[in-house]
Amino acid sequence: MFHRFANPTRFLRFAAVVQPWIAWITVILFAVGLYLGLLASPADYQQGETVRMMYVHVPSAWMALFCYSGLAIACAVALIWKHPLADLAAKATAPIGASFTFLALVTGSLWGKPMWSTWWVWDARLTSMLVLFFLYLGYMALNNAFDDPGRGAKSSSILALVGFVNVPIIKFSVDWWNTLHQPASVVKMGGPAIHASILAPLLVMSVAFTTYYLWVLLIRIRREVTANKVHALQMRQASRRGQ
Amino acid sequence: MSRFMSIIRRDLHLAMRQGMDSLMVVAFFVIAVVLFPFGVGPEPNILARIAPGVIWVAALLSSMLSLERLFQADFEDGSLELLALQPVALEITVMAKVCVHWLTTGLPLIIAAPLLAVLMNLPEDGFRVLLIALLLGTPTLSLIGAIGAALILGSRRGGILLSLLVLPLYIPVLIFGVSAVDAVIGGFSDKPQLLILSGILVAALALCPWAGAAAVRQGLE
Repeated sequence: MFHRFANPTRFLRFAAVVQPWIAWITVILFAVGLYLGLLASPADYQQGETVRMMYVHVPSAWMALFCYSGLAIACAVALIWKHPLADLAAKATAPIGASFTFLALVTGSLWGKPMWSTWWVWDARLTSMLVLFFLYLGYMALNNAFDDPGRGAKSSSILALVGFVNVPIIKFSVDWWNTLHQPASVVKMGGPAIHASILAPLLVMSVAFTTYYLWVLLIRIRREVTANKVHALQMRQASRRGQ
Repeated sequence: MSRFMSIIRRDLHLAMRQGMDSLMVVAFFVIAVVLFPFGVGPEPNILARIAPGVIWVAALLSSMLSLERLFQADFEDGSLELLALQPVALEITVMAKVCVHWLTTGLPLIIAAPLLAVLMNLPEDGFRVLLIALLLGTPTLSLIGAIGAALILGSRRGGILLSLLVLPLYIPVLIFGVSAVDAVIGGFSDKPQLLILSGILVAALALCPWAGAAAVRQGLE
């Protein structure tokens, strides 16, 4: 299964079959999730309507971490087995993960303004998400920094793995830093355990976000494969003209 | 081991010949810290409050500033390839480079730090722990930085890229380095922070030469 898709043509054939299915599942899940989240679920007795922000915020934060793990695994596979598709998958995952991280930060900030009456607090979670965002940016910048795309892929793979080892250390140290500098003034989500009427749309939305990620990932990988083909054709043409 | 020492001796010789470079790092460190009183005002209490953080951040930046030279010069004149062809593991070569980087930047920074602590009005209890924390933290900075320096070999816009790669990874060292000093000034024990700093250093010693050597290999291909 794993090595089967090392052949790009075989993968493209597979992707062409799977992609419409994933697209439809994503659309349906988003429709259901948004209906449950925005219309069918009750407003929170403390937070009012702003609680609905959570149905976007929490799944994007989950996806931000999920994408970074996926990125690290793809990079490890690319370095160890030199799997050609893993390089493309890693390169395609990074912008998606960075966008999810950005979305989580922005929605958190929009939610924080009415709730905490400030756009930003140096809360441990916010801070580690911000650092994660920088790790994504570093990966993408390094990937693009070389004239030879293969070299960029390898270097950034090493960086992604180094970053992956560091993520728990950064998380731990930020937690420590936060408890040392700031008393727990931040409103906690907790209170009563999450009620089923809120949990259901949250779960539907997170599955929707995951299938959305797979959908965009397929599109991006297909795009990368095609771009590589075009590049190879151009190079061949250029060398023929040179003779 | 003799090869390890000979690489260190060679690089130290080179650094001595261009003696100004290492002094420039210290000059940057001093100037960066001296800018803060102008920025936040000369109020002694405020300066004392922010002193550990300012000194640490400046140390981070100046240690990063000299990273670009770590492999770049050897990469450009081709001697890095010869160093990689030696009959020793590339990890050892990377480790030697890291040692030289620490000797030429980390150590001068530590020597300059007490002077800056006086200028920033750091309470006297904090001096000893600031030096110990820097002693434990700066080698980690050199080790992590070596990975970044090797990754950018042959890239466009190397220096600015390096800061984006390396600074997020420096955050844990910064947090524990500053909080160790803050703890002592606040009347607490600095032991947990210093132990964690040592733990990070030991982990970095084990892992960074390995990742750095992998990165150098990619650069030489």
